[in-house]
Amino acid sequence: MSDRAAIFETVTGLIQPFNKKGVALSDATTFQHDLEWDSLTVMDFVAAIEDDFDIIITMNMQAEIETVGQLVDAVQKLKDA
Amino acid sequence: MTDAIDTAEALPENPSPIAPERDLMSKFDGLIAERQALLDSGVTDPFAIVMEQVKSPTEAVIKGKDTILLGTYNYMGMTFDPDVIQAGKDALDQFGSGTNGSRMLNGTFRDHMEVEQALRDFYGTTGAIVFSTGYMANLGMISTLAGKGEYVILDADSHASIYDGCKQGYAEIVRFRHNDIEDLDKRLGRLPKEPGKLVVLEGVYSMLGDVAPLKEMVAVAKKHNAMVLSDEAHSMGFYGPNGRGVYEAQGCEGDVDFIVGTFSKSVGTVGGFCVSNHPKFEAIRLACRPYIFTASLPPSVVATAAMSIRKLQHAHNKRAHLWENARQLHGGLTRLGFKLGTENPDSAIIAVILDDQTQAVMMWQALLDSGVYVNMARPPATPAGTYLLRCSLCAEHTAEQIATVLERFEAAGRAAHALN
Repeated sequence: MSDRAAIFETVTGLIQPFNKKGVALSDATTFQHDLEWDSLTVMDFVAAIEDDFDIIITMNMQAEIETVGQLVDAVQKLKDA
Repeated sequence: MTDAIDTAEALPENPSPIAPERDLMSKFDGLIAERQALLDSGVTDPFAIVMEQVKSPTEAVIKGKDTILLGTYNYMGMTFDPDVIQAGKDALDQFGSGTNGSRMLNGTFRDHMEVEQALRDFYGTTGAIVFSTGYMANLGMISTLAGKGEYVILDADSHASIYDGCKQGYAEIVRFRHNDIEDLDKRLGRLPKEPGKLVVLEGVYSMLGDVAPLKEMVAVAKKHNAMVLSDEAHSMGFYGPNGRGVYEAQGCEGDVDFIVGTFSKSVGTVGGFCVSNHPKFEAIRLACRPYIFTASLPPSVVATAAMSIRKLQHAHNKRAHLWENARQLHGGLTRLGFKLGTENPDSAIIAVILDDQTQAVMMWQALLDSGVYVNMARPPATPAGTYLLRCSLCAEHTAEQIATVLERFEAAGRAAHALN
C-alpha cells in the first residue's frame, strides 16, 4: 500500500466516529457540506488526526482544507516535513 | 442650484432591485429568520434591551420596571462613585468632549498620560499602553506581537477579540483544548523550535466563569520558550494581594510577559490596555495599527478611568463584599438545584446551564418580568453548544438583593421547568 493510501485509510478511520450520517468517504467528500460538521466537531476531529500522526495542522491550514483528499495531502506533506 | 445638488446626492426612493444571488445581504437570511421565529414566539428580544434609567451600579429601569442588574460586569461598582464622576466632569470642562485624533498625533492629552501612570502603579510594571477598547487591545497586541512565520497558541474557548487578533495578524495559529495543561504541552512540543511563540491565556473565562490553571500553563509555555499574554479582563480588582488578577493570585507575575485588560468592567468606563515590563514595550506604539489608526479615548473617559484605578488599589472592603456576594449566589443557586458552570464560586461570574434555547429564553424572560436582568448566552459564543443564563456580581449588590434574586430564580426556574 502506498504511503498516501495508508494515510487515506487512517484518516477515514478517524472520521468514522464523527460520521453520524454514515456518508460514503472519498477524496472528494467535503467536511462542511457532505459530513455537515460544526466547528466543535472539526476541532475534536483535527485533534484526533494531530495526535495520531504527531503533527500540527494550524488553523491557517485548516481554513484551506475542504475535502478529505486535501486533508490526506496535507497530512502527507506535514509528515514528510 | 441648491435643490439640484440635494436631488443629485439623495438616495433614490426606489433603488433598482438586485437579484437575491447578487445581494450581499442575502447571506443574513438565516439569521433574520431565526430572530423572527424567536420574536414570533412572543418573548422580549434578549439582544435588544434598553436601560431607560440607570439608578445605581445594581439597579436600572427596563420597560418601565425597576430591575436588579445581575449581568453587567460592573464588578467593583465604580460607575457611580462620586470621585470618579467628578473627575470626568472636571475633564469635560477643562479638555472638552473629545480628542479628535490618534494617540500618535493630536490625541494624547494630560489624562491619557495620567491613566497610563495609574496603570503602571496598579500593576507595578514599567510599561502601560491604553487602547480605545479592550477588544482593540487584544486585536492590536496579538496581531502586532506575532508576525509571519511565528506562532500564536490559544485556548479553544478564547474570547472573540483574541480570535480576531489572530485573524488580523500573519502568524500561524494553533489551538489547544480549554484549560488543558497537557494538551498545551503536547502542541507546543510539536512546533518547530526556532520561531517565536506567543501563548495567549485568560485568567477568568467569561462564559462559564471558570479560572485558568495559569501557574501550570505559564510554566509549560516557558519550558517551550514561548512568551505569554494573559487577558485579565474579568479578574481586575479582586484577585491577588494587589487585585491585579488571576496571574497575581497564582503567583506567576514574573513569567507573564503581557497583561491585557479593560476599563469596561471593574474600572467602570470604556477602554483597553496592555501592561508589561518588557524593556522594548513602547515600540508597540509605533507598530500597532489598532493603536495608531483610531481616535483616542475622550478626556472624560480617561480621567474617570484614572480615578477609578487609583481607588481600586485600595478597595479592600469592596473586594471582600464582591466575594461574599459570589458565595451567597453560588450557594443559593446550588441549593435550589440549578446546574452551574463551576462547582465552586471561583469568580464573579456564575453561569446557569440550561437544556436548550426555548428553556433559556423562557427563564430569561421570567426573570426579566420579575425584575432581574441576567445575560443570555448561546452558541457560538458559548463552549460545547450550551445555553446559559450568566450572572455577574457587583460589590455593590446587597445581601438583600441577592436573596431577592434567589427567590426570583426559584420562581423562574419552576415556570421554565428548569427546576423540578
